[in-house]
Amino acid sequence: MTDAFPAALTGPTSKERKYDRQLRLWAATGQQALEDSHVLLVNSDGPLGQYNTGVTGVAGVETLKNLVLPGIGGFTIVDPAIVTESDLGVNFFLEGESLGKSRAEETCRLLKELNPDVEGYYYVKRVEELLTDPDFLPQHKLVIISGPMRRSTLVPLTQEAKQLGIPVLYLHSVGFFSTFSVQLPAEFPIVETHPDPESTQDLRLLNPWPELVAAAAGLNNLDTLDDHQHGHVPYLLLLLHFLEQWKHSHEGNAPSNYKEKTEFREFVRSQARTSNPEGGEENFDEAAAAVLKTITPFSLRSSIREIFEMDQCRQLSASSQDFWVIASAIKTFHASHGVLPLPGSLPDMKAQSADYVSLQNIYKTKARQDVEEVTATVRHLESQLQRQTPAIPDRDIEVFCKNAAHIKVVLGRDIPQISIDSDASTLKTIRNELGVPDSLIPIFIAMQILDSVVDEIQSSSREEERSVDDDALWNSHTERILALLTGADGSAVCQEARAQIARASKELRRAEGGELHNISSLTGGLVAQEALKVLTRQYGPLDNTCVFDGARSKSEMYRL
Amino acid sequence: MDVDSETPGAPESRIYVDQQGRWKHLYNVLSKRGPFTDDDWNPGPEPINALEHSKILGAGGLGCEILKNLALSGFKDIHVIDMDTIDISNLNRQFLFRQADIGKPKAEVAAAFVQKRVKGVNITPYVGKIQDKDEDYYMQFNIVVCGLDSIEARRWINSTLISMVDEDDPLSLKPLVDGGTEGFKGQARVILPSISSCIECQLDMHAPRPAVPLCTIATIPRQPQHCIEWAHQIAWQEKRKDDTFDNDNMEHISWIYNAAYERAQQFHIHGVTFQMTQGVVKNIIPAIASTNAVIAASTTSEVLKIATSCNPFLANYMMYAGEEGVYTYTFEAEKKPDCPVCGELARKMNVDPNMTLGEFIDSLGERAEAQLKKPSMRTEEKTLYQRFPPQLEEMSRPHLGKKLADLIEDGEEVAVSDPAYTTTFRFRLHFK
Repeated sequence: MTDAFPAALTGPTSKERKYDRQLRLWAATGQQALEDSHVLLVNSDGPLGQYNTGVTGVAGVETLKNLVLPGIGGFTIVDPAIVTESDLGVNFFLEGESLGKSRAEETCRLLKELNPDVEGYYYVKRVEELLTDPDFLPQHKLVIISGPMRRSTLVPLTQEAKQLGIPVLYLHSVGFFSTFSVQLPAEFPIVETHPDPESTQDLRLLNPWPELVAAAAGLNNLDTLDDHQHGHVPYLLLLLHFLEQWKHSHEGNAPSNYKEKTEFREFVRSQARTSNPEGGEENFDEAAAAVLKTITPFSLRSSIREIFEMDQCRQLSASSQDFWVIASAIKTFHASHGVLPLPGSLPDMKAQSADYVSLQNIYKTKARQDVEEVTATVRHLESQLQRQTPAIPDRDIEVFCKNAAHIKVVLGRDIPQISIDSDASTLKTIRNELGVPDSLIPIFIAMQILDSVVDEIQSSSREEERSVDDDALWNSHTERILALLTGADGSAVCQEARAQIARASKELRRAEGGELHNISSLTGGLVAQEALKVLTRQYGPLDNTCVFDGARSKSEMYRL
Repeated sequence: MDVDSETPGAPESRIYVDQQGRWKHLYNVLSKRGPFTDDDWNPGPEPINALEHSKILGAGGLGCEILKNLALSGFKDIHVIDMDTIDISNLNRQFLFRQADIGKPKAEVAAAFVQKRVKGVNITPYVGKIQDKDEDYYMQFNIVVCGLDSIEARRWINSTLISMVDEDDPLSLKPLVDGGTEGFKGQARVILPSISSCIECQLDMHAPRPAVPLCTIATIPRQPQHCIEWAHQIAWQEKRKDDTFDNDNMEHISWIYNAAYERAQQFHIHGVTFQMTQGVVKNIIPAIASTNAVIAASTTSEVLKIATSCNPFLANYMMYAGEEGVYTYTFEAEKKPDCPVCGELARKMNVDPNMTLGEFIDSLGERAEAQLKKPSMRTEEKTLYQRFPPQLEEMSRPHLGKKLADLIEDGEEVAVSDPAYTTTFRFRLHFK
């Protein structure tokens, strides 16, 4: 590689400076993905009766705040509500002059002030009206919905998004509680999962390739090295060297179980020189410390094996996503070599500069060769499939190879509901959770009851005014939801679980459907975090529901 | 109360009605019992009154979020301390600041913004360090909430609030709510000074990153970071010792970058970039709006609960990690009897008796349970090393080269002081 010395310094651009703290998390590719995204926020679905203007939509606006700041391309707020006095006490993106004006317009205006790079639009109408235009929803990369929302709006919206492959986040923030769920496409692949660097080390000490073997063979003169040299042999070469010695005395076998590995570790440790002034050698300490972690044969993680076995990977077509074409090529690589492509990174270790760099080059070169092999397979597949799409970028193949051991495919699920159409497994998971002490699932159920109450208020005629805190409404919907949770064997929800649900409902009802700013702000942070992961396709998104309990300061995740 | 049913009347009563309308959601919650509220809690005017008459202090990098949240939690009297001025790199998360504000003091811009946006709140800014203020100043507040970005500032406020506790005066106990973030991770904690586990008790949960050994930097670099450290710690001293290094000065960073780049070329090391140079030199921690929102809101939610008793407050630590789904872990960190700040006993520390006093002193900067950068120390009988005054420094300097075994007994207690803190740290040194 020839890096030309920069003649004149080219410092970061002002955009790089502005986004510096986040580029360190998702890099330029993640930032580009954000800038290419337009996000839809459906922030309320009209009033709840004559006096209650409906969902206050603070968590939705706070979510957008956390997406506008890092620089998504744009957003659209759909909200038919008019700003009232009580909005001003809970929503920061409204001001005194906003009273009586459109909430969508005012929040849009004040959110746009946060970042001149972001475009903002709004509609003062119900989303139902917008959905009649088939071109409306496809303009968005993500849909965020503030609940509670009547089913007759929610179901068509989430279903259309599902058909279009657009992810949805459905959130509730009421009083001290909040819940939210992610609806991802049926298969949502992620390459850059950013695993802990500790867990990604893949040094192949038990199946070294010829160049690495040769490097270790150069250590046959270990005993003749002077103290300085001896104390600077990279631990990795020490381990390879001593492994060969071990194999000679163990019928050609490397240490394979815990007992043997600890014996091997002691053997490595015993080879350190202690007669020097330091009374030991750091590189030998590093070698001993690395034994248990690195003397392990390569094995394919079950999650990767599952991905290889998925239909999308086994049956490629001209329309397969790039991810599956590369995954298939990697599967071929694994079938012929028994390992994944080498990631090629080397941890830092005590060593002379030149020795470390040459060892690093052995790893880098091998990684490059593996990428080349996978690329050749990808190119072959592309022509075989007669794909119409542009060739898969080399960089994508390289990134995939580097992350091959940690790729992930999330199997998207619908926004969970407790209704007659509910997935049986969702109801079963909820029932099982109800038996777990201190579970937060009663909060999820209470939110479902609230959804149901709101659904009835919004669907009934305007003649009869009923409050979201109406006892009769709550009682009837509580019974209805509890009945839906009755087991297949007819077993009803037990008394203790009923009491927990009643407690969660009581806390929820303190707010009469209203939001507390802290909890909505926190929820807006959590939801934005998920939005960022989904839009950048980096890290690991929630799968699929989170419940936050602000009364007891804790949260839980559920797969519903 | 219903805004629409308001009848025309005296201006005062209208204000009352408006206020009721504005704070409807919050006051609803404060006016009803919940399943987790204490039996002796009286909903209604009492907590609302407590809210309006609490004086809260906010400090640190989470300040924008904290001020917004406190103002929209119904607090009326808020003070804010921040020594920093606005930098372009703050704009991706500190949402009260605009391009045109760059260079202005954060505390003033933030206070003015929130006070204008939220009617009826009074925000008093102070531009400076928390260490500028004394106990009299801190005594005026009911609760202190911090989103400080340095462990040193956290430890300082912690020990200050603990030293203010007077058992005969309940008002001297100022709950401290602390939040911190790093990338997708963060934590929120509540400290009741002298009663519950304090920041010092939990110090080893926030261990510093191990430093690269100087010999690696000086002679055998292997990583691009080693080359940057060389340029920063060694080359600058050699070539530009008359210029005080300023990590906000672009020309200085550029110089370091070029020097590091050249050294990396010599050693065939790849990967020195301008971004990495800045990261290493300024010890940059990734930060995003969403994590700050989560952590700031969890701290202010605890402040609201402490001030009004409307729900139980956090006892006492919530950690959060957002890389993989939404993960939180809420637990009660223990109060340690050997905590140097809130405990009675000296903290045990295992040391190598053959280590010199100088090496031991240097190691205190990195040891998770100490993290003291400029320690001075003495035993009950004698001074081991004292940085100040100069005569004492000179007198005690020869000790630095001596082995610990020649200076102290196995199991002897040493008292360590550091200019960053008012507390004296007591350690009992046990020979390995």
